[in-house]
Amino acid sequence: MTTTVDTGTTYREAVREAMRDAMRRDERVFLMGEDVGRYGGGFGVSLGLLEEFGEERVRDAPLSESAFVGAGIGAALGGMRPIVEVMTVNFVMLALDQIVNTAAALLHMSGGQFAVPVVIRMTTGGGRQLAAQHSHSLENWFAHVPGLRVLAPATIADARGMLWPALLDPDPVIIVEHGSLYNAKGPAPDTSLAVDISRAAVRRTGDDVTVVTHGGSLGLVEEAAERLAADGIGVEVIDLRVLRPLDDATVNESVRRTHRAVVVDEGWRTGGLSAEVAARIAETCFYDLDAPVGRVCAAEVPIPYARHLEEAALPSAARVVAAVHEAVDRRG
Amino acid sequence: MSAARRTAVRAAAPERVDVGRSAGAAPDPVTLYRRMVLIRRFEERCAELYSAGTIRGFLHLYIGEEAVAVGVLDHLGPDDAVVATYRDHGQALARGVPAGPIMAEMFGRLEGVCRGRGGSMHLFHAPTRFFGGNGIVGGGLPLAVGLALADHMQGRERVTVCFFGEGAMAEGEFHESINLAALWKLPVLFLCENNLYAMGTALDRSESETNLAVKAASYEVPAWSCDGMDVLAVWEAAHRAVELVRSGGGPVFLEAKTYRFRAHSMYDPDRYRSKEEIEHWRERDPLLLMRARLAADGVDAAAQDRIEEEVAAEIDAAVAFAEAGTDEPVESLLAFVTSDEVTS
Repeated sequence: MTTTVDTGTTYREAVREAMRDAMRRDERVFLMGEDVGRYGGGFGVSLGLLEEFGEERVRDAPLSESAFVGAGIGAALGGMRPIVEVMTVNFVMLALDQIVNTAAALLHMSGGQFAVPVVIRMTTGGGRQLAAQHSHSLENWFAHVPGLRVLAPATIADARGMLWPALLDPDPVIIVEHGSLYNAKGPAPDTSLAVDISRAAVRRTGDDVTVVTHGGSLGLVEEAAERLAADGIGVEVIDLRVLRPLDDATVNESVRRTHRAVVVDEGWRTGGLSAEVAARIAETCFYDLDAPVGRVCAAEVPIPYARHLEEAALPSAARVVAAVHEAVDRRG
Repeated sequence: MSAARRTAVRAAAPERVDVGRSAGAAPDPVTLYRRMVLIRRFEERCAELYSAGTIRGFLHLYIGEEAVAVGVLDHLGPDDAVVATYRDHGQALARGVPAGPIMAEMFGRLEGVCRGRGGSMHLFHAPTRFFGGNGIVGGGLPLAVGLALADHMQGRERVTVCFFGEGAMAEGEFHESINLAALWKLPVLFLCENNLYAMGTALDRSESETNLAVKAASYEVPAWSCDGMDVLAVWEAAHRAVELVRSGGGPVFLEAKTYRFRAHSMYDPDRYRSKEEIEHWRERDPLLLMRARLAADGVDAAAQDRIEEEVAAEIDAAVAFAEAGTDEPVESLLAFVTSDEVTS
């Protein structure tokens, strides 16, 4: 008798395996960014790839976000399939011109002549006491822009599986990986399954309330759902996965059944992704709702360093539980 | 977008590709002159059509700078690439992008090079590898580096010419891009059109070092300047530059000292420079200089007149093509946002 032991994997290893696999499958794929080579990636994601693929395909770039992101766009136009790693969403602001004015607009501006098959990866989010300049959750900025596809892998399976279809997409894809997920452990995903990059996923079914979230907040929403189950409240958890284009159908189907919705987003409330999701629910499910759409977002403050202050600023399972009670306890 | 649709889009842009290099190491003065005349008359017609309200939006004319694009792009073959600025009509014409679809683009017509979605500042043309047409000062430089990176990684001996103005040299993207290209020895010709004014701000009011080649050379890039009003001088300087880039040694920086005779755009009242200064530069009008040269070479006035007549006919045809153009149905508004036309 033989037994196979699943030793499991981490989110970090899953992203690395996804890149390794893509580079083995297609020689046009290469990785470019700050410290992706000798250092092994700012978060250790690309460790070992330089040794396997060499300096031509694992390119350490200078601290020139605009130039190397733009070079990724140009290389994509030139027939390559670049994976550009921007160390964090906090630094990508230095490359927004290239992403918004060039990558997102080029296909349309050129009347359909030039598609830009580039993938741009970055970490996002707070929760690690890194203070205001290293704790942003700005993925909603990209979700605002026509021409981009924005992916937020919240699970090890999506971390492993979303990259390849993103590379097959003829248009620019932004992938945001929450920094607190890299050490998450779980079973190694089945790589034989095709991974969809257009739909949200129902991570937990429930009849009483729909909680919509993405990325690094999925874990605390699932924790909240467990606690609420003990109180007899059935929470349906939707992981958006794709922040643009939003999968309205999955959200609407759920909300029409539960009649209540809470949106959990680590970004700020004002003008945030939660505002967009809540507005769409209001537009299409207004008469199905038994309570106003609730929101759990970051406090409207630059994220502070001190642990207790940061915890108070960011969404937590306790705040999700409270928001769900607010929605469910209200008589429709 | 379906394959059929993509094919249809590509087919909309005429496939005439006239990017032939002058044979060998000698320029063909008549051809260069003719291309400059085409640009000059095209731009003059654009100004008229703008005043008539036919062309709208921003319109930046290349008048006075014709020698630069013509002298440089004569050295490129069909596989080379061009990254242009928002003052891109001259660059596009010099590259061989046909005049009719350029004009139709400015009319906002379906028959335009970009189906009317780009306008004057965003001319793109896949058959000639003309990558726009960028409205953001400095925004094209990283793109050019990436095109060259793709060529480098795929072992293709191609050159990417990247046009930008001296105003772009105050942008971080200039410094980031030329450093990256030099570091990785990528085949880019950084072609600075120094017309002395970044919109209304003179070079010496925006740069601590006004010798632009010195700035570029600090990145260990071969860098020199040429007289951007003399197409033969540009041709010679660019010949050396393009050959050096093509030989695989990495990027080269070439500054063409030039001047725009018209305002920055049609909106610009041109208050920041004197009439005397403009008149001084007009004495070195690239067309005037070349006419004198042609006369000295025995190309008589009648031959020059014939060039003007041919060009006038070509521009009339371009305008007629644009006027006969159609509007893209509004139902197609959301096309080309993504390749599958999926919108949200």
